[in-house]
Amino acid sequence: MSSIVCRDISVTYPPQKAPSLKEWALRRGNRAKPFQALTDVNLTIEPGEAFGIVGGNGAGKSTLLRVIAGIIPPTRGEVITRGVLAPIIELGTGFDGELSGRENIFFNGSLLGRSRAFMRRCVEEIIDFSGLTEFIDAPLRTYSTGMVARLAFAVATTIDAEIVLLDEVLAVGDASFYDRCEERIRRFHQTGATIVFVSHDLVSVRELCTRAVWIDHGRVVTIGDANEVADAYEKRMHALPAPAVATV
Amino acid sequence: MSIALERDERVVHRYFAGQKTRFLQEWREILQSGHLLYNLVHRDLTVRYKRSILGALWTLLHPLLLTGILVIVFSHIFRFDIEHYEIYLLSGLLPWTFFAQTTVSSMAATAWNGPLMKRVRVPKSIFTLSTTISGLINLAISYLPLVGIMVINGIKFKPAMLFLPVSVAILAVFTFGLSLMLSTISIYFVDVREMFAVALTALMYLTPIIWPLKIVPPRFQQIIQANPLYYFVEMVRIPLHAGIIPSAKLLTVAIVMALASFLFGWLTFRRMSRGFYPHL
Repeated sequence: MSSIVCRDISVTYPPQKAPSLKEWALRRGNRAKPFQALTDVNLTIEPGEAFGIVGGNGAGKSTLLRVIAGIIPPTRGEVITRGVLAPIIELGTGFDGELSGRENIFFNGSLLGRSRAFMRRCVEEIIDFSGLTEFIDAPLRTYSTGMVARLAFAVATTIDAEIVLLDEVLAVGDASFYDRCEERIRRFHQTGATIVFVSHDLVSVRELCTRAVWIDHGRVVTIGDANEVADAYEKRMHALPAPAVATV
Repeated sequence: MSIALERDERVVHRYFAGQKTRFLQEWREILQSGHLLYNLVHRDLTVRYKRSILGALWTLLHPLLLTGILVIVFSHIFRFDIEHYEIYLLSGLLPWTFFAQTTVSSMAATAWNGPLMKRVRVPKSIFTLSTTISGLINLAISYLPLVGIMVINGIKFKPAMLFLPVSVAILAVFTFGLSLMLSTISIYFVDVREMFAVALTALMYLTPIIWPLKIVPPRFQQIIQANPLYYFVEMVRIPLHAGIIPSAKLLTVAIVMALASFLFGWLTFRRMSRGFYPHL
């Protein structure tokens, strides 16, 4: 049984240009066009795979990840996931400045669907891994950006899951943080979790992923071995010094 | 080492085009997110007062101070001929405040948690539900000063007063339904929030909360009674102020409106909530 199956996924966003009251009342033609974020994406990801998604800005990588996470309903097609999901779309989702670090750990855990009892069992490990033991009961608003990121990453990765969806999380943090992230992702991989990993960074895709897909303008360009996909993508990037950027 | 997950081997999610938000599915997801619901309510109740010195005491002080002001204005300056005016006032003001705060905060909570809905899959009605629950907890706490005032005034306990929770429950269903509808629509049309705030102010004065219905000439009383809030405020007030159970007619009207509100709230949510994403 595959971990993730995407069948003919298309996603269309309605026109986002806010019409003025006059335009809306007149309902003239030429209204802003809907935006096609994904077109007929087919993917199958097997259990235990580390799967990369590469592509330029606005290519639809994050949209695809969110469709898999059940956040964006597909306009066409279907997606099936098997296993407990941990979507790490953005670090520190739902963090509240007024709550203490500890309270935020519990809140964040509940967002990922983990019970209070479960969080109680792993809270000490999270605090330990974040290295914020002495500040953990201070309100989060007193933390530096880096401290918030460390806490967020600790929560996100200490929570075990069968499918981990990672969206460009390596882009934040310093070098040592980066190393820790990599180590954690490797460990996810070793526990047999399926990892879907969105990144601009081809080096980490090559290092961490077994297979990958390259998405451009919402369509699958190539899918296959991570190194080959990265090569193909790199080649195109060099051919086009200024990659076409679609706006979301 | 990571702590081993409570593995449920059959966690299968399937999302497809044209999928409907089903009532039971949504409630099951809310139940599964019980911990999140608890945390949202907890955050609502604590964060609000976290930086204030008196803290949660404000939940008690707010209705007391407001009542103090209104009692001074309305029982000394404009005289209404009501026995125990402060009890009349507070027992009507509390359900009103619950209604007004819950509807407004639901819209705010749903909008504020937009970034959250963009990053995690959560049942989207959970924000309206958590706001309603924290509103109910605040309401329960605000009844303490009212009970105190009743004791000081020498009001004797009457069994009909125990009907209060039933009245509040009916009001809560009505409020939840309307809040769900408003917070759903306001994701698409932010203007709804401003419009509703103005409407609330008008409603506050059109509902017999600080004044008694009998000061209105009989021919206008019907107009006042066309306001749904009249029935809800009356239903919640009567058990405490008059010490009687609300009439069958009053209860029927309130229950029918509460169910209608719940139904329309849900239908609006079902129709519109799947399109939230690009608007969050």
